[in-house]
Amino acid sequence: MSILINKETRLLVQGITGNEGLFHTNQMVNYGTNVVGGVTPGKGGEWVLDGKVPVFDSVKIAAEVTGANTSVIFVPARFAADAIFEAADAGIEFIVCITEGVPVKDMMRVRAYIDQLDTRLLGPNCPGLLTPGEAKVGIIPGNIAIPGNVGAVSRSGTLTYEVLYALKQKGMGASTCVGIGGDPVNGTNFVDVLAMFEEDPQTDKIVMLGEIGGTDEEMAAEFIATRMTKPVAAFIAGQTAPPGKRMGHAGAIIQSGSGAAADKIKALEEAGVRVAKHPEELPDLLG
Amino acid sequence: MKIHEYQSKRIFAKYGVPIPNGNVAITPKDARDIAKDLGGRVIIKSQVLVGGRGKAGGVKLANSPEEAEKYAAAILGMDIKGLTVRKVLIDEATNIKSEIYLGITNDRARRMPVMMVSAEGGVEIEEVARKTPEKIIKAHIHPLLGLQGYQIRDIAASIELPRKHWKEFGVIASGLWQAYNESDATLAEINPLVITDEDTLLAVDGKMLIDDSAIFRHPDIAEMRDIDVEAEAETIAREHDLSYIKLDGEIGCMVNGAGLAMTTMDIVKLFGGSPANFLDIGGGADAEKVGAAFRIILSDPNVKVVLINIFGGITRCDEVAKGVLEAIDEVKPDVPMVVRLVGTNAEEGRKMIAEADMITAETLADAAKKAVAASREA
Repeated sequence: MSILINKETRLLVQGITGNEGLFHTNQMVNYGTNVVGGVTPGKGGEWVLDGKVPVFDSVKIAAEVTGANTSVIFVPARFAADAIFEAADAGIEFIVCITEGVPVKDMMRVRAYIDQLDTRLLGPNCPGLLTPGEAKVGIIPGNIAIPGNVGAVSRSGTLTYEVLYALKQKGMGASTCVGIGGDPVNGTNFVDVLAMFEEDPQTDKIVMLGEIGGTDEEMAAEFIATRMTKPVAAFIAGQTAPPGKRMGHAGAIIQSGSGAAADKIKALEEAGVRVAKHPEELPDLLG
Repeated sequence: MKIHEYQSKRIFAKYGVPIPNGNVAITPKDARDIAKDLGGRVIIKSQVLVGGRGKAGGVKLANSPEEAEKYAAAILGMDIKGLTVRKVLIDEATNIKSEIYLGITNDRARRMPVMMVSAEGGVEIEEVARKTPEKIIKAHIHPLLGLQGYQIRDIAASIELPRKHWKEFGVIASGLWQAYNESDATLAEINPLVITDEDTLLAVDGKMLIDDSAIFRHPDIAEMRDIDVEAEAETIAREHDLSYIKLDGEIGCMVNGAGLAMTTMDIVKLFGGSPANFLDIGGGADAEKVGAAFRIILSDPNVKVVLINIFGGITRCDEVAKGVLEAIDEVKPDVPMVVRLVGTNAEEGRKMIAEADMITAETLADAAKKAVAASREA
């Protein structure tokens, strides 16, 4: 078991003929992910990766032909909201948006619409997910994690890779690793993923990587304190970040006295979470 | 992206929000001419992208064109919180009966815009929020529906706005929402919205922030970017698609990924050092990008050591090492360097770095300690 993606995932790649889309489709196929097709409007009928993956003009046609249940989006930021709406309206159950730089207004509109449907969105501005040994959707390097019982959830990319890699060095593996992304308005937050890990029989403990900005970590702390039985260890990035400055990620900003690392660490510690001083302590804290 | 008061107010005016008559001057002579055209008393307001202009002496009331020229001469060129005043706005002075705060921003947790209104305008809204939060009325705006008429009436009633002003207030509130929505703003505020002695409403001061990710949709707003407010290094970084923020420490940091870059700063501090900057070189790390990053970091005279922390995932560490070595060959930095490569092909990458006489480290903690030690020796 795992969460969100596994061997049964039938994946569609939106923006499959672009540089990023094609490169990562190849990586995903090589990892063993079942990529059933791709979408690039105007290129329907073509094939990519030496005739292995068919390209369609729309998500609707692609989903009908291939039975895809998941899609991953690599289109440029200005087209990302359209791509999400298209996938949702075609009945895709799980949409992963890798694209960085999607306007926040677009994301508020997306959430207001898809929250009424049975569709889950992950991202945007996220590295996607990895269920080691089964499937990867997105851009997480497959070789940095082994199968295991740690569930990982994070707002950042390379910091997550660091932690997965550190776990692997100690012989510890992951059930699923989920990158929820660094934007202020996204599809899936910490609480959503923690709830799934709590229910997942393969996950015994959880590592959570937060950062400055917003109050998602505080809400996670509340959820952990009241609803979770599995142990959680965490790290919060940005303790030295100055207020009012956006630290790379659109969502990583301390505003109006809200979003500081110290507040998040305090809330998590009060909820019984073991908070690491630096990420290399995390494998030991998970025990 | 921040835009100036006069730019914000002009956008508001396009959507039917009444603003004072006025114009922008870049010389004292212009200021005099504008004041003469306006006639009567005028207010001279420095246009700088920081708060607290009034306290800094950047806002003055003038009774004649001569006075306007004199005050403009004093304000132009003035330094306000590190920014030089290059423009002044000359507005007709207003007789104020009372002041209202009216603003819109995004409520991140609720994932929708929120209109905030307070009968106590003219002061810092954050101050009001902290001391007397009950005095701020909020109305959340559905992203697909927009601001509704009943919400505006509820707000007007909640702040006890006299009924005779409701219609005018409705035009202003919906105009502000349209300006916010159609400009992809993340903040639009009128503070104060004034009830004048003549019993009309007037947006005396305005402020807007625009979503950086949406600037591509607004070429007119993109042209308003005032690069004076950015440190030169931040402008260069933006041009190279690097994310850089200058801090005041001694250890320059070059990292791939925003989360890891913040973590690297934190761990430098944890081991007794102080980070000189935040810098995310993003995915990949070719010689050109690394070179630009080096130049930006080294343009800060406080930097005594550079700490390079790269996680090689799909980009292999040996490729990164090659990029670093090529960039060093070109830039020839004269400060010690600590390099940590981890992930795919880290071993090969580390060997290449070690041969080039740089300090290498395996763990984050080790890298931070070595960088702190090197900064103390320098």
